[in-house]
Amino acid sequence: MRKYIISCVFLLSVISIIVSCQNQETIDLQNYMSNGKDIYKAKCQNCHGQNGEGLGQLAPPLTDSVFLKTNKNRLACIIKNGANETLVIHGKTYKEKMPAFPELADIDVAQVMVFITNSFGNKQGFVLYTKVASQLQNCK
Amino acid sequence: MNKIISLVACCVLSAAILSSCQQDKKLPFYGERHAETVKDADGTEKVDTVYQTIPNWSFLNQDSVVTTNKITDGKIYVADFFFTSCTTICPTMHRNLMTIYKEFKNNPDVMFISHTIDFKYDKPSALKKYAQKLGVDGPKWQFLYGSKDSVYTLAEKSYLVAVGEDSTAKDGYIHQGYLVLVDKDRRIRGAYDGTKEDQVEQLKKDIPVLLAEYKK
Repeated sequence: MRKYIISCVFLLSVISIIVSCQNQETIDLQNYMSNGKDIYKAKCQNCHGQNGEGLGQLAPPLTDSVFLKTNKNRLACIIKNGANETLVIHGKTYKEKMPAFPELADIDVAQVMVFITNSFGNKQGFVLYTKVASQLQNCK
Repeated sequence: MNKIISLVACCVLSAAILSSCQQDKKLPFYGERHAETVKDADGTEKVDTVYQTIPNWSFLNQDSVVTTNKITDGKIYVADFFFTSCTTICPTMHRNLMTIYKEFKNNPDVMFISHTIDFKYDKPSALKKYAQKLGVDGPKWQFLYGSKDSVYTLAEKSYLVAVGEDSTAKDGYIHQGYLVLVDKDRRIRGAYDGTKEDQVEQLKKDIPVLLAEYKK
């Protein structure tokens, strides 16, 4: 009987470890999303809007999932260092300069990037901050 | 029976109070005021309160046309201070003001005036570009350029909005994000934080209230 209970508990804990392992990424994603949202509100929302709708032709919307996908590897650099080039988004040209946010740490950039790329109709999934950190090392 | 009567009385009374409140609703006056003896049309003297008013001004607008306070004659208007390269509060302010602009677009008695505080960069051509990109076209919303002294004095002394150069600020200038509501007699009747949605909503409600004052 005792053996039976012990093996039961053991089995249960193994299962729970596996389940929680599988969910670690989901947990991280939720974590990034909620922190990213706060950073977005503080740093991005004034220009890009509450729903990523942008502001006239002054600030582009963040709803162009094709643009965000094709520029996936540049997003971290744009968030941190700003942009000073003409961007075509939803077929419209945007020429205004985007300011840099040097105060954002790698983890902040990762969180806000994950938030943006999984909101406003985008669904790119999770990116770990270590990957973002290496992208930030190689900004042009 | 007594209970019912008192209940009905209560209801009638509160309804009367509520409706009288609505009739009396008038926006406050901002700024300095003093008493002055004025003469009526029939010559009798009486003491009247004189409120602070916006003085005469003359600036260049987004079309490089000299624009004076005459453009606001017979209109109520919303004034604010901003600059085109501002990345902090101005986008939010003008995003919110844009909703009010759209709401009153077809009302000839309402105007919008934005003064730039960036006297170095925001020449009329820069203002024009900004206005177009924001989605504003036409004379209803004026973007005005003037010398540092004239604009800053107007902001702080007349519109009661703090502005200034600050090399430590992110974009080089600091300013308050107030949307100032001015009546047809150039008196300040409201100041709303343009970065806060609830205050902008209040402004949206207050504009018709102010317009109604002139309909009597």
